[in-house]
Amino acid sequence: MILSRESRQGLTLISPPFLYAILMLAAPMVMVVTFSFWTQNYLDLDRTPTFANYREAWTGEIFRVLMLRSLMISFFVTTVTVLLAFPIAYFLSFHVKRQKALWLFLITIPFWTSYLLRIFLWKVILGYNGVLNSALMGLGLIDEPLDFILYNVPAVIITLAHAWAPFAILPIFVALERIDRSLLEAAEDLGDGPVRRFLRVTLPLAMPGVLASTLIVFIPTVGDFVTPRLVGGPDGVMIANLIQVYFSKANNAPLATALAVSSMLIVASISLVIFLIGRKIGGRTQ
Amino acid sequence: MNIGRFFSRNWLTGYAVVYMLVLYLPVVLLPLFAFNASTIIAFPLTGFTFEWFGVLFETNALHSAVQNSLVIAVITSILSTLLGTLGARAMVRYRFPLKRGIVSLIMVPLILPEIIVGVSLLVLLMQIGISLSIWTVIAGHVLICVPFSVAILSSAFQGLDPSLEEASMDLGETRFGTFRRVIMPLILPGIISSLLITFTISLDEFIIAFFLTGTDVTLPVYIWGQMRFPTKLPSVMALGTILLVLSVFLLVLGEVFRRRSASRQGQDASATGGLM
Repeated sequence: MILSRESRQGLTLISPPFLYAILMLAAPMVMVVTFSFWTQNYLDLDRTPTFANYREAWTGEIFRVLMLRSLMISFFVTTVTVLLAFPIAYFLSFHVKRQKALWLFLITIPFWTSYLLRIFLWKVILGYNGVLNSALMGLGLIDEPLDFILYNVPAVIITLAHAWAPFAILPIFVALERIDRSLLEAAEDLGDGPVRRFLRVTLPLAMPGVLASTLIVFIPTVGDFVTPRLVGGPDGVMIANLIQVYFSKANNAPLATALAVSSMLIVASISLVIFLIGRKIGGRTQ
Repeated sequence: MNIGRFFSRNWLTGYAVVYMLVLYLPVVLLPLFAFNASTIIAFPLTGFTFEWFGVLFETNALHSAVQNSLVIAVITSILSTLLGTLGARAMVRYRFPLKRGIVSLIMVPLILPEIIVGVSLLVLLMQIGISLSIWTVIAGHVLICVPFSVAILSSAFQGLDPSLEEASMDLGETRFGTFRRVIMPLILPGIISSLLITFTISLDEFIIAFFLTGTDVTLPVYIWGQMRFPTKLPSVMALGTILLVLSVFLLVLGEVFRRRSASRQGQDASATGGLM
């Protein structure tokens, strides 16, 4: 194939990061998939291809329970995060005039503090002698500390929703910034009230951003394993914890990779569905 | 409640203030407990002390973890900024076949769950027979840092006026000379901002380091180990406070450079910056 000069230069430039991604991402992925068809007995790795790991994963109750729970937690986290983020992004885009960069900077700052400590501090906030209980008791709203707010699924949801907030705000903000303000004036001139204008012009045009936020939050949260470990308690264990256990303590890497591949496929297909639905909604109204 | 009213200015400002307070809630607690005299991380606070910071100076395991993390973060930031510069330049300036696919592969670690990146690299290393060391952590960190670097630098390259390059070439500069004397000075703030941000990401990254670290643990892995021991927690809080101050300092510095880069190129500095 004969490439133009520009194509050749572009390909030459991009080849180092591309090769790095092939070597460190694509190759390991292929390895993981291959690995998931092998089996392990204690220290011996049996390289005969088999579906045994997948059979064990899919027929076992634990995978199903944890996968469903992880998906449910991620759905909740995504919904809460995106719904709470939208007004902030709207506020930044439409009401903040000069200090947009400063606001964005302030939003991102807390997320550059240690990830582990941030999660740990939620434990401090939600704990028995924690900030929330102390505050509620100080206000005289409760007499005894509440003990049902930590070590469960809601604690995981709160912590993850907090951790992913800026990732939800930024894409929506960018989409809102791109909206041509004259369209809003046109809608108003044509007799739309603020609510109709929002629902018929602003929201549909912001949909690509909402969609991006949804996926950016949904995909990584399914695979989190630190948050459930620290604040989830026994009922908050997620799929990544299971993968990690098979990897380290149970020393069954092939089964761990089969679990990882299965969850990746599930998450990828759900993301695809979300993407298609989102595009359809966005496409129809535009 | 009526949507129109909710989206009015006053309501939104109030909402934004509450939102920011919740966002900062954990961060504010960190120094609070770092200086709190009690060994238990809970309310009420008992008194002011520097003791926990003192403990940090006497813990040798911590010092080697800090050292490992710094080495990893420095090398990661340099390598990922190098790769990111090449990627961003190609992405912004050139059209070539398979561009979308290639760019997507480079950017995908941005949304992949880190456990997948960690696990898959670990499986590959196990198979090739490479033992875990700080280099394996660096390999993983570079992978997740390159997309950030590409994002930051592509906004720097986007602001570059192509006619400046053409002028330089017309005046007889070589391609390399043009890069060194014309492009480089203009994107330098973007490069510095990329170095600082990737440094900060690497310094704080836990999951990949957890899978790929050998006997030389990184700082977050060390912190994770300490979290099991309740008596160690106050000094972990002190450590976290130091890290917080350090990260904020580096980020403010990065932001200053990014803005300078934008203003040098005559762009609006209030754009979303390197993050999108």
